[in-house]
Amino acid sequence: MTTTLEQAISQSQHRSVLSRIMSVQVFWVFLAAVLACLALSLITDTFATERNLFNVTRNFAFVAIIAVGMTTVIASGGIDLSVGASVVLSAVVIGATMEAGYPVWAAAMFAIGAALLVGLVNGILIAFVGMPPFVVTLGMLSFARSMALVLSNNKMIYQFGPDHDVLLWLGGGATLGIPHPLIALVILAIIMSFVFKWTRWGQHVFAIGGNENAAVLTGIPVRGMKVSVYMFSAFTAGVAGILMVGWLGSVTTNLGTAMELTVIAAAVIGGANLAGGEGTVFGAVVGALLIEVIRNSLILLGISTFWQGAFIGCFIVIAVAFDRIRRLRSQD
Amino acid sequence: MAERLTLTGISKHFGAIHALHDVSLSVGKGEVLGLMGDNGAGKSTLVKIIAGNFRPSGGEIELDGEPCDFHHPKEAQRAGIEIVYQDLALCDNLTAASNVYLGRELTRRLGPLRIIDYRMMHRRAGELFAQLKSETRPRDLVRKMSGGQRQAVAIARTLLSDAKVVLMDEPTAAISVRQVAEVLELIRRLRDRGISIILISHRMPDVFAVSDRIAVLRRGGLVAHKATADSSPEEVTGLITGAIQAA
Repeated sequence: MTTTLEQAISQSQHRSVLSRIMSVQVFWVFLAAVLACLALSLITDTFATERNLFNVTRNFAFVAIIAVGMTTVIASGGIDLSVGASVVLSAVVIGATMEAGYPVWAAAMFAIGAALLVGLVNGILIAFVGMPPFVVTLGMLSFARSMALVLSNNKMIYQFGPDHDVLLWLGGGATLGIPHPLIALVILAIIMSFVFKWTRWGQHVFAIGGNENAAVLTGIPVRGMKVSVYMFSAFTAGVAGILMVGWLGSVTTNLGTAMELTVIAAAVIGGANLAGGEGTVFGAVVGALLIEVIRNSLILLGISTFWQGAFIGCFIVIAVAFDRIRRLRSQD
Repeated sequence: MAERLTLTGISKHFGAIHALHDVSLSVGKGEVLGLMGDNGAGKSTLVKIIAGNFRPSGGEIELDGEPCDFHHPKEAQRAGIEIVYQDLALCDNLTAASNVYLGRELTRRLGPLRIIDYRMMHRRAGELFAQLKSETRPRDLVRKMSGGQRQAVAIARTLLSDAKVVLMDEPTAAISVRQVAEVLELIRRLRDRGISIILISHRMPDVFAVSDRIAVLRRGGLVAHKATADSSPEEVTGLITGAIQAA
């Protein structure tokens, strides 16, 4: 059979939509999450209740919001260990400023500002000083959490001034039966899915993660891009921090402890490649959902929560192993 | 043949080290110049001067008869000098079209937003590959491509910017014999479009297969600059090693 060159060039890959979907890691993770939900609905009579689903969706939204930011960092070839610390810093800042009588919008801007400052310092040290992201954000994890302790003097904050009820509504309330953190997540996920695929910023994030040298040589402003990526990650942590305060109704300084690990786990289960250049918003959300469903199911099934880490750990390894196998097969 | 790029008396020293002294050579429109020399002979220094990475310590560069003084690689690029790097500088995780347009993505308006125009990028990249007679599909990920296709992507990038001079650094190193033939064919296509090519290579047969002229550097000095037809691999080998002083 002879085909002309033009035909060969314009040919797309001979793969059906189904086989393309099935070759994506996030599809299988999604399937696992759906099956787990189905099984739980059948086994327990508590899972599929409105109250439990409300809790599940709200709980997973916090992790998922930050996982979207983390996926962006990972896609650019970096890592951000300071997100848990950014959460507590943002929470303490909004708590303290509202307690001092500031309105909720001003306090929220302070909180987001504090988180963005964390991201800015991370980004500058990584992009302009050239330090490894792991080290910089590890240092920041310690520093930002310490700042939260200093600012709050390690006291619990539960009085939020004149706008007390607005804050509680913001994080703990619901509109049309949908918890607000979930609404925030959906908005963020839709915007970022679009940004990843259709904007130059998104394209450049993936280019930097794929081959940083190439990105530099083609004139992409790699340093500025990196700063923006770490600031975005810190921004998601700041937003999650504010919503968590509203949900819990108080700020304690252990908020967000070890959260960075759960967030990274969610991103990796969702298909983000720690070597950079790969990851999707949908994957981050599904990864976070799966982790929450595991957590929730262990509680409902009456299994000790000590098992939680074992299950999540297995899922991380299985998800990545699956990806490795797929890649080895496609190399043949 | 009109000269496109002319170097006159180029020298470069880093402190007391003389990397290049008094190198004069030229490449014409639609001509392939094979630049040869042993490691440390000054090839990469010369390339970096042409590409604007270094400024020469002495001598002049003329592009289409206009004197140039590049302070930055961007300036050289804007003037029409492109480099295809040895490692090709491609992003494996992106498609061929995205790589061709990397850093200068086509966009279109969508309300108040500027979004990437994938349809146009795929079409134009496909046209470029067709011009290069390379069977490279714009939507394929670079990760899945052969060495020859990857070269086509890197070269298509230079076509996009209407380059006048393309510097190619060891394009045939580390690829299979069949792909070498493909890459040499790509070089001929570029030449046929009137682009001047400076081919830096260690591989004698490749240089003799495509170049019109050959320049040989030895220890920072130019020892030969002559038509390929008037030379031979034996002579060039002698010039590189120093067995033949100059030709």
